[in-house]
Amino acid sequence: MSDLIIQLSQWLLTLTQGAEPWDSYARYLPRLMDGVWITLQLVLLSGVIGFLMAVPLALMRISKNPWLWVFPYCYIFFFRGTPLLVQIFLVYYGLSQFESLRNLGWIWTDVLSQPYWCAIIAFSLNTSAYIAELFRGAIQAVPKGETEAAQALGMSQRQQYQHVILPRAFGIILPAYGNEVILMLKGSALASTITLLDLMGATRGAISRTYLSLEFFVLAGFIYLILTAVLIGFFRLLENLFNAHQRAQDMKINNLDPQIKDKHLEDSVR
Amino acid sequence: MQKTKRFAMSLALVASSALMATSVTADTIRIATEGAYAPFNFIDSSGQPGGFDVEIANALCEQMQATCEIVTQDWDGIIPGLRARRYDAIIASMSITEERERVVAFTEPYYSNVLAFVGPKGTEMPTDADSLKGKTLGAQRATIAGQYLEDTLGSVVNVRLYDTQDNAYLDLASGRLDGMVSDKFPAYDWLTSEAGSAFEFKGEDIDIDDKIGIAVRQNDTELKERFNAAIQAIVENGTYAEINAKYFPFSIY
Repeated sequence: MSDLIIQLSQWLLTLTQGAEPWDSYARYLPRLMDGVWITLQLVLLSGVIGFLMAVPLALMRISKNPWLWVFPYCYIFFFRGTPLLVQIFLVYYGLSQFESLRNLGWIWTDVLSQPYWCAIIAFSLNTSAYIAELFRGAIQAVPKGETEAAQALGMSQRQQYQHVILPRAFGIILPAYGNEVILMLKGSALASTITLLDLMGATRGAISRTYLSLEFFVLAGFIYLILTAVLIGFFRLLENLFNAHQRAQDMKINNLDPQIKDKHLEDSVR
Repeated sequence: MQKTKRFAMSLALVASSALMATSVTADTIRIATEGAYAPFNFIDSSGQPGGFDVEIANALCEQMQATCEIVTQDWDGIIPGLRARRYDAIIASMSITEERERVVAFTEPYYSNVLAFVGPKGTEMPTDADSLKGKTLGAQRATIAGQYLEDTLGSVVNVRLYDTQDNAYLDLASGRLDGMVSDKFPAYDWLTSEAGSAFEFKGEDIDIDDKIGIAVRQNDTELKERFNAAIQAIVENGTYAEINAKYFPFSIY
């Protein structure tokens, strides 16, 4: 234990003396920032693509027709049940083993041969499985009264989904979706294993040249924390926007326009 | 089970080495190798580390009359692991460089390395910067080849750095890479295998006066001297040449 304290204080001393670590920070910080940009692109793109894929998957999943629900069921089972690293390697190193894929022209040269797009494909597939499952739960959690009200207004099945059920489900999954995006942010560090210079890739590059592993991993961890904080703030904002009704409950009855204030409303709020 | 056994053994080792305080003779030397750098070090079919580095390590230990335990460790964490005292020496085909010498100490070299370009057979691939412009070249991360690629060609070619040499081979075979810069001897081994049969060396060897040594912690001068004496001894008594001949038809010392 005392050894640890001595070593830690020695390490702190080297930070204050001499230019050595600071030179390295100055040289590699811009590369880390380039890495942050790549990491953000990976998370945002796969977050959006994954979401767009998740909606039809969830709708098929809740269908009672076996022809419709079998595919999303297997899809979700596979992508939730295997490690993200395995999925990345399957997309990047696995697909490239097939000779015929390499003769597909631009699909190979511009997409599948690029580590960037392989990472986006793997992350989108992975996250869409999780979001689809969130969505399924949310659709089933939309209060029955609201769909009944929509039916009473004479809405068709399609209109009900478009105007009532899906928007409500979106509000319900928002907190969990934010959670999933944060998990994705941390999972995106695995992109460095397929040569991509995301934040983690740039960090490992810097360590391989400077051997300042403790310093650069601490720095990278700190940057990931900041990115997470930004994402948390962003989703808070979205929640306020889409789940405004949850805040509305706090409204004091007394502040309401006296004209719309009646016995019935007072009872319902109380 | 094997793992817990090994863990218990290393616990016992730590305890006993703590008891023995600083007595260096007649103890166990823990040696790290990577295990993904055939034919120098690899994991054989029975799960044991093998290869040139491992045989040299065993020969050196026999010469020093020390008990050795060989452990494997991923390449980019191999120096941090040494500094964290997880093992006492690295025998993993590590080049002696100025950057590394700032954090670890090296023995005298036990072989010399040159770099080479590798590309597909049947294509013209001049290896000067102008002809390579815009091409995608790969190398292993945290290696001399990777540094050479970044420092001399980084501004004209797309550099891809891989976690292991094996992954770089995979991408060369799949056509993602136009070429690769690698240490010559392991590449020689790969080119003679079935997977590498469609590729060949391109251009001139890159002789960067690259010497391969054994890394120890900077304050471990005694261990370093023991290794130095043992290297000299196995070169003189012919053990080295015997091991060399098993892997290459030419001397790499």
